[in-house]
Amino acid sequence: MIYELPKLPYAYDALEPYIDAKTVEIHYTKHHQSYLHNLNNIAKDYPEVFLDKKITQVLTDIDNVPEKIRQQVINQGGGYANHNLYWLILSPNGGGKPDGKLVEAIKQRFETYENCKRELEAAAVSVFGSGYGWLVVDKNTKQLDIITTKNQDSPYSINKIPLIVIDVWEHAYYLNYQNRRPEYVAKIFNVINWDEIEANYEKALLY
Amino acid sequence: MKFELPKLLYDYNALEPSIDALTVEIHYDRHHRGYANKLNEALEKHPEFAEGKTIEAILSDVNSIPEDIRQAVINTGGGYANHNLYWAILSPNGGGLPKGELLAAITKTFGSFPEFKTELTKKANSVFGSGWAFLVVNKNKALEIVASANQNSPLSDGKTPILGIDVWEHAYYLNYQNKRPDYVTAIWNIINWDEVERLYNETV
Ligand SMILES: [Fe+2]
Ligand SMILES: [Fe+2]
Repeated sequence: MIYELPKLPYAYDALEPYIDAKTVEIHYTKHHQSYLHNLNNIAKDYPEVFLDKKITQVLTDIDNVPEKIRQQVINQGGGYANHNLYWLILSPNGGGKPDGKLVEAIKQRFETYENCKRELEAAAVSVFGSGYGWLVVDKNTKQLDIITTKNQDSPYSINKIPLIVIDVWEHAYYLNYQNRRPEYVAKIFNVINWDEIEANYEKALLY
Repeated sequence: MKFELPKLLYDYNALEPSIDALTVEIHYDRHHRGYANKLNEALEKHPEFAEGKTIEAILSDVNSIPEDIRQAVINTGGGYANHNLYWAILSPNGGGLPKGELLAAITKTFGSFPEFKTELTKKANSVFGSGWAFLVVNKNKALEIVASANQNSPLSDGKTPILGIDVWEHAYYLNYQNKRPDYVTAIWNIINWDEVERLYNETV
């Protein structure tokens, strides 16, 4: 086995009432776990592609992945990496507002934090089908940006470093919110782990 | 003219245990109704375009949709039409085997009914993300199994769907969660073959 499931840094029920315990448990032990399992199945036959490489590195260099397995790596590797980040940027002690260098960058790009939040919410709500809304840093310009991706496509594959990820596959919210995706997207801001995101932002500036 | 939500021909709990009542209710009354409403909303910008056209005619010729509403109509019109089909080809009295000319065509194309069932099941389980698996009649009047992403309609590829399996997570998540294959297996117990056959005969 090459890649491992990161430990969930809190209990299944820790994100309630915003994300219910059953959703966290199934999302983590079934969906995330299955992306990992499928990815490792692909990786074991292609050591030269994966050995000693972080999954985010593989996704960054997605054009170098053999064509035969490329779409599978986009799907399964993307699913693995996207969920690794999702659990990290959520926390029972989250919520509130960003701070430090990040809030400066947000103001520079969006004028206010409220604008940034509104745009990110609208982007996540607008995804048709399965996908994600993201706050990202462009690797070259270091500019913040809000983007959406479909299915499990990774921002790393388009030269962006993700800071905030909002999973809008229906499995992320259906047990509790059913068709009411906008409500889930609004509520998730109560458990956003700004400390982690700020740390990731400072790392991203050094890339 | 407005596209209307077709009446559901059975109670919300009629498809249990294959599909639970709450799923049918939300799927029909929220998702399906939402597509119908948003479709009508999108078409308000170009009332003359949709006048006198069926949704099938519109989806069969997507290039003729005004560009500023094209993607919206593909999404919401596709969602509207696909769900119209979905509810019609399910029934509490469904299951079993197709008959008549449809069965003959299935046997001719796929070898046997079990082989067809295996192939359509596999197609439905292999859709990555949101989408559908369909049994369609192609331009040569032959049967074919296709998958489509999101709400894209096979009509836009010149293929008429006569059976559709919705594999958006909303179709099964309340009862089956991540176990999509269990939902796909269970749906065979409620397929309304009389309706599928009627659609087949109408198309060929
Ligand atoms: Fe997810
Ligand atoms: Fe659906």
